[in-house]
Amino acid sequence: MTDQPVLEINSLRKLYRAGGMFSGKQIAAVDNVSLTLDPKPQVFSIVGESGSGKTTLARMILRLVEPTSGEIRLGGRPLTGKHRDRIDDFEFRRLVQPIFQNPFEAFSAYLPLDSYLINTARNLKVAEKTTDGADVVEDALRSVGLSFDRVRGKYIRQFSGGELQRISIARALIPNPRLIVADEPVSMVDASLRMNIVNLFKTIKEEKGVSFVYITHDLSTAYYLSDSVVIMNKGRIVDAGAPQDILANPREAYTRELMGAIPRLGERWAEIEQIKADARDRDAGGRDAEPLRARA
Amino acid sequence: MIELKNVRAGYGTPDAFVAAVDDVSLTVHDNEILGIAGESGCGKSTLMRTLYGDFSGGLKMDGGKVTGRFTDPDNGRTTESDAANFQDLWWDVMSYVPQGSMSVLNPIMKVEKQIVDALPKREKKGSKAELRQRIVEFLAGFGLPETVLDSYPHQLSGGMRQRVLVAIAAFVRPRLILADEPTTALDVVVQKRILLMLVEIQRRLKNTLVLVSHDLGVHYQITDRIAIAYAGKIVEVGPTAEVFENPRHPYTEALIGALPRVGQKGERVGLEGRPPSLASPPDGCRFAARCPEAQAICRQKSPPLVDKAPNHASACHFR
Repeated sequence: MTDQPVLEINSLRKLYRAGGMFSGKQIAAVDNVSLTLDPKPQVFSIVGESGSGKTTLARMILRLVEPTSGEIRLGGRPLTGKHRDRIDDFEFRRLVQPIFQNPFEAFSAYLPLDSYLINTARNLKVAEKTTDGADVVEDALRSVGLSFDRVRGKYIRQFSGGELQRISIARALIPNPRLIVADEPVSMVDASLRMNIVNLFKTIKEEKGVSFVYITHDLSTAYYLSDSVVIMNKGRIVDAGAPQDILANPREAYTRELMGAIPRLGERWAEIEQIKADARDRDAGGRDAEPLRARA
Repeated sequence: MIELKNVRAGYGTPDAFVAAVDDVSLTVHDNEILGIAGESGCGKSTLMRTLYGDFSGGLKMDGGKVTGRFTDPDNGRTTESDAANFQDLWWDVMSYVPQGSMSVLNPIMKVEKQIVDALPKREKKGSKAELRQRIVEFLAGFGLPETVLDSYPHQLSGGMRQRVLVAIAAFVRPRLILADEPTTALDVVVQKRILLMLVEIQRRLKNTLVLVSHDLGVHYQITDRIAIAYAGKIVEVGPTAEVFENPRHPYTEALIGALPRVGQKGERVGLEGRPPSLASPPDGCRFAARCPEAQAICRQKSPPLVDKAPNHASACHFR
């Protein structure tokens, strides 16, 4: 199984109906997407704007959405369809784990986190008894820089977003999965803490051999973290490759547009400089501002 | 234009008064884009609401003074006011671009009515058709078609809705526009369009834009001056280019250092720990517990915000 790709997606499509019962048309949220994650542990980023289909793709990999057509394989075995060797739900949850955008919605508000994590270990049959569960959980928490004592008897509201996101990574690590699908995992985390989470992915990849599918609209963390990147637009993959090839010197028009719109440090937008220079010229010439009218 | 002196503002809780803005002094100038940056919970939205004089939802000022002086460029008339009375100037001398266009616009009312409702009486003197024509022309300047007016909010994309909000705020030609995270949750391409629109408006009206954002990249691109907030205090304020080039507070430096950049693969580390609780802030410098350069004095004495270079102030004992 190890020489098989961790994840293989072939001609995957997801169609949604929009509009009325008779007048409606079909919209392809994901349109003929194919990609392969080879067995080497890696971070594979799927980058795109809202509506690009990246979350639908992630949800299909996580089995939360049924594809319209195409296939998904994990370690060579099908995830979809009615094959005999299809991966069953229980096995799937031990192989693939999700991390979602909002950690506050990822846990129950009514259960202390330590029992929640131990229950997870027991449900996934990683631990038999509560005491074994505590060991497994302690292990998982340690790999994200926390300890069991930190979560004992505590509820989600007693943690910051950054800490809670670390705990949801720990939760994902409990069954020792092969693949973690993280959908915008740092977009709700403060900028100063974001890199700590991103660096954790790197460490986990290297130390535990886990691969990541990292879904994001943030090109700079994708560049920083990934071994491979695909850019999605309107349901299709429009650009793919190593981050230093496709992001540092983008050749594809859409990638260039995306890159040009990131507010980066050290490189000012020409358009803003132009607006400011025009204003200075007007002031210097003693001319009054023209009526308010932005450029189209 | 607006001057804050030793302002303390926050929220009363059963236990104590929580000052989300604590002893802050700051001057907002005419004709500038001032950025306020900081993490969630550092008090930047409270600071913004204090600037706007919006004391709803339990926000109270507990000390200090906020005074405003707004000069009308057409007739040179000056309006003076203080925070408690700013409300009389809303949608006239000052306006506001809120965050989250979906929860701000009324979902069951067409956009035109919502724009008209927000306008002050002086804008509504002429006929309805004439006002509509003026709004249509104004929106066209920002690439928004007339059909927007006859749409319900859900029929517009997130970017269009946000542009409508910016247009509403700018239509009255206010002296001050406050924008609280106006591009959060928007895609980069749409975000850039909105930011260009905000800069264009400010430079045309020669008024003041105060922009709150947690995204330092946004501040770098569009602001003229930037104030960095941390745990209810302003820890650094100065010309944007200079603050990024030569940060004079370890927190600013850490924030800048934590940003990953395309084209650079070097290791980037975030800050450890988290900001102190505003309910019981520590003695001394509030950043001391996370500061790599902290010494004994930092835990005892709170550093004042003083000029370290022309117009560039920081609150640090050592820089």
